Amino acid sequence: MMMLSQLSATAAQNTSKVDWWKYLLLAAIIFIVLPLSLDIFRLNLIGKYLTYAFVAIGLVLCWGCGGILSLGQGVFFGLGGYCMAMFLKLEASSPEATAIQSTPGIPDFMDWNQLTELPWFWQPFDSLAFTLVAVIAVPVLFAFIIGVAMFTRRVGGVYFAIITQAIAAILTILIIGQQGYTGGVNGITDLRTFLGWDIRTESAQYLLYFVNAVLLFACLFIALYIKRCKLGRLLVAMREKEDRVRFSGYNVASFKIFIFCVGAAFAAIGGAMFTLQVGFMSPSFVGIVPSIEMVIFCAVGGRLSLLGAVYGTLLVNLAKTSFSESFPQLWLFAMGALFIGVVLAFPDGLAGLYQSYIQPWFKRLFKPKASKPDVPKQAVQATEPEADSASPSLKESPNAPA
Amino acid sequence: MFADYTSSELTAIFAMQGFAGLILFSVFVLMALGLAIIFGQMGVINMAHGEFMILGAYITYLTSQLFSNYLPGLFDGYFFVAMLLAFIVTAALGALVEWAMIRHLYKRPLDTLLATWGLSLILQQLYRTVFGAREVGVSLPDWLMGSYAITDIIEVPINGIFVMALTIMITIGVYLLMQKSRLGKQTRAVVQNRAMAGAVGINTEKVDRYTFALGCGIAGIAGSAFTMVGSTGPTAGQLYIVDTFLVVVFGGASSLLGTVASAFTISQAQSTMEFFLSGSMAKVLTLLTVVGILMLRPQGLFSLKVRR
Amino acid sequence: MHNLKKTGLSNSLRRNLLKGMMALPAAMLVSQLSFAAAPSTAEVNTTGLAVTDDTVKVGILHSVTGTMAISETGSVQAEMLAIEQINAMGGVLGRQIEYIQEDGASDWPTFAEKSKKLLVKDKTAAVFGCWTSASRKAVLPVFEQYNGMLYYPTFYEGLEQSPNVIYTGQEATQQIIAGIDWVTDTKDAKSFFLLGSDYIWPRTSNKIARKHIEKLGLKVVGEEYYPLGHTSFNSVINKIKLKKPDVIYAIVVGGSNVAFYKQLKAAGIDMNKEKPLVLTISVTEDEILGIGGENIQGAYAAMKYFQSLTNQNNEEFVAAFKKRWGDDIVIGDVTQAAYLGPWLWKAAVEKAGSFDIDKVRAASPNLELTTAPEGYVKVHENHHLWSKTRIGHAQADGQYNIVYETADLIEPNPFPKGYQ
Repeated sequence: MMMLSQLSATAAQNTSKVDWWKYLLLAAIIFIVLPLSLDIFRLNLIGKYLTYAFVAIGLVLCWGCGGILSLGQGVFFGLGGYCMAMFLKLEASSPEATAIQSTPGIPDFMDWNQLTELPWFWQPFDSLAFTLVAVIAVPVLFAFIIGVAMFTRRVGGVYFAIITQAIAAILTILIIGQQGYTGGVNGITDLRTFLGWDIRTESAQYLLYFVNAVLLFACLFIALYIKRCKLGRLLVAMREKEDRVRFSGYNVASFKIFIFCVGAAFAAIGGAMFTLQVGFMSPSFVGIVPSIEMVIFCAVGGRLSLLGAVYGTLLVNLAKTSFSESFPQLWLFAMGALFIGVVLAFPDGLAGLYQSYIQPWFKRLFKPKASKPDVPKQAVQATEPEADSASPSLKESPNAPA
Repeated sequence: MFADYTSSELTAIFAMQGFAGLILFSVFVLMALGLAIIFGQMGVINMAHGEFMILGAYITYLTSQLFSNYLPGLFDGYFFVAMLLAFIVTAALGALVEWAMIRHLYKRPLDTLLATWGLSLILQQLYRTVFGAREVGVSLPDWLMGSYAITDIIEVPINGIFVMALTIMITIGVYLLMQKSRLGKQTRAVVQNRAMAGAVGINTEKVDRYTFALGCGIAGIAGSAFTMVGSTGPTAGQLYIVDTFLVVVFGGASSLLGTVASAFTISQAQSTMEFFLSGSMAKVLTLLTVVGILMLRPQGLFSLKVRR
Repeated sequence: MHNLKKTGLSNSLRRNLLKGMMALPAAMLVSQLSFAAAPSTAEVNTTGLAVTDDTVKVGILHSVTGTMAISETGSVQAEMLAIEQINAMGGVLGRQIEYIQEDGASDWPTFAEKSKKLLVKDKTAAVFGCWTSASRKAVLPVFEQYNGMLYYPTFYEGLEQSPNVIYTGQEATQQIIAGIDWVTDTKDAKSFFLLGSDYIWPRTSNKIARKHIEKLGLKVVGEEYYPLGHTSFNSVINKIKLKKPDVIYAIVVGGSNVAFYKQLKAAGIDMNKEKPLVLTISVTEDEILGIGGENIQGAYAAMKYFQSLTNQNNEEFVAAFKKRWGDDIVIGDVTQAAYLGPWLWKAAVEKAGSFDIDKVRAASPNLELTTAPEGYVKVHENHHLWSKTRIGHAQADGQYNIVYETADLIEPNPFPKGYQ
């Protein structure tokens, strides 16, 4: 294991050159190819899927690098989305639009639940500035509290996963139970405008798609920076041998709390963009099922690869949509088989597939062009996969390129 | 809060709520025992545990159909046959799953979570395809229905007593199995030190398979018993999964005694709070308390291991 | 009756339908038209819907996976049956109906996504679907934005009236008020215990029930809600025993129902006795399949339709349903309401002489259907149906005996004054 952490660390230093062309390729796909080739309905769907990719990127940092598996990322996605939804709902509930209610001017579901005035915690959401801060701050604060409580007591691994899952369950019951304040199981629906701008029109959906994509790349680069700076290497080291890092004088808990909060912030941005693009927010995102699904997006992409997380999210969701459109009764079989297959056969997901099959093939393809000085370098790289197979423990945590 | 009731009514409240808590306790213990073995002893996060329970329930349903169609005279006793069959079938499926899937993942416990989640999706859809999306009604023999009146207010449901008795028997059985039998000793040996256990001649692969199958089999019996109190449908298993994991973790995952103690604590707390609060809030408060205590004491109520 | 041939069935349906059409002078012309050569596509479809010279596409949007599949399966079956029967009669305006089925997967955002697909990609002329209020709320903005037509089959809480939805189930007051009146008049009930699953429909329904009970000068002795999927009801049953209400008014849904009735019976509350009696608005014959008839025997339910209803329409409907989906099947209130959807749409299209959504909408109010299994229904200006309320008494075989029905059709009133 010690050898492994050294290997990872050296490997991280060795690949200090980022393969920028891969990021350019993804950018080209998201910014050019998809908008040109898809109609607005499908593009809006892709935009929705990409909001899950925010969560998956956060999970790459937390789970792939840091070894912290959270089954409650849906909580942060949901909280971010709810904050945005509260702002939009207040805007949609002007006294004129809600004149039919017994108390005009409050959201419709409050009226149905005999509330006669806006609850105090709804009031600040009148302001866009407050909302934008809250979208990030509320989930991060929540993550911070959980993180401090858990990591300073060295709760980790499986226990952390199960406790976060329980938190997701609690929050779902709470939101559904307090329907006068939260909209209950229906969620907050029928959101129409953002500062008077109709978010349901085609042009708005195009614009939101691009805003979403830009934010996604911003998060990708932040994550890339974190992964490549010293913190990222420390995270990997902690995953492999936590005590060793602790004995070296590092405060392990604070790193974990930090990275967990970063993951929560990413998820929250995704949630807010989801609300804007889809036009409602529902407690079904806060629960256990979506939280686990998001982990699976990340696993399918390859849990160590940031780009893999984006591709994984797109792939699983496209598969889900097309399976369920063609076989509404049977698509769950295919989804279940996909999850089992990914875990058993391709533990490193798409990124692993790329590394072990496509990358060597590329290399061979360009070999004739290579000049002499390149040859030894290639020889070194060619031996790496062998080293992989020689050490079984290495297989569990390959060092996929970012 | 007590002012509305007379003192005799209050006595009755506490008696009946205590009893309701005991039934809930039995339900929790039955749910959690199988998982305590699979998760606590083997470290496998089996998200398909609920689906194994529902398999047991479906087996019970099939047996009841079989008896009412072909052996109506023996219908009163079918439940025991059903439980036995439920154990055998779920244990067999468990062994199959262990062989096909779980044994490749022992070094990656978090990955068992994802793989078994996939398995649970497949099983759910399988139930839906085979048995239909609607719930099936499992008819119970008459002697299991009805109640026994102690006073005018206090009445004790017979199937509640039955579930309790069953729980006690299974718990003692599992305890003896893990402490006294050869398999139990081997299991514990493998859990404590796999390499050493292998070195002294224990077939660790076989022990793993039997242990997993045993855990699944107990889930099957639990599912069979739940047909008396709950619903049997393709997705009913998912209702139990969070509660089950919390009971096991709260008790301290590797301790069977801890599982029983935590089931008792959680069930009594929930049933008492349910009486004075609304059902939803009681559930939220119970779960919050459990999570809160787990944050203070991450190793659970009882734990053999030091924190990690 | 059971081996009724399909042709015979559709003939009699056609006869009944024609009879219904005769009642509307305006519709006479249309019904003649529909048996003449089919009108040209350009004439009946000016808004680019998926209508060709011989087909028209509609959508079926229900959950066939996830927790709600338990409830929604019956609706899918009913809608398919209605579409097949309409096709066997020659279709709508000479066009065969093709349906596109999508799975809402018990997940509200998925419902929104799929409804958008049905409207934007598939250009369906109508969509039959949704079951929970949450799924309807999720798709409603989509239908309003893209101007689609949704036929929604479930009894629900009211407080809504969309130009893009025809509600073929009852809104809350249609189901609740007559039921409570009946139980106070004939069973001399004085006190009620309200119980429900924790979401909008049970809460709103109980609110209406409570207002009505208090208007009658009677007492509500308790009100409780449990999370969806909750399976241990012993505590609330103990409370019921202490409070000794005359009526347990239960709006528990889904899998929780099974647990609730089994535990109620096991706790020694005998529903065959006069008090406490159970009155529910959430248990149809479908749910009894899971609960088991022996566990709910003696409870009363307030619905607009029961499978045991005796009239010619219903006998034909039940026979056709069993022929199509198997003898073991049961038909609940919502299943029947779902069956009305395609028929109401057909009638509206034929009255309008066009598939255009706006014309169908304009043709819908005051549309009558005399072939409805529940008897006669009429569409109100507010897009809900006039319908009767009936009280059923649950039997051990899983069926209800109808013990009461309102004399007149009850007017739907989704925004009831004094009950909000």
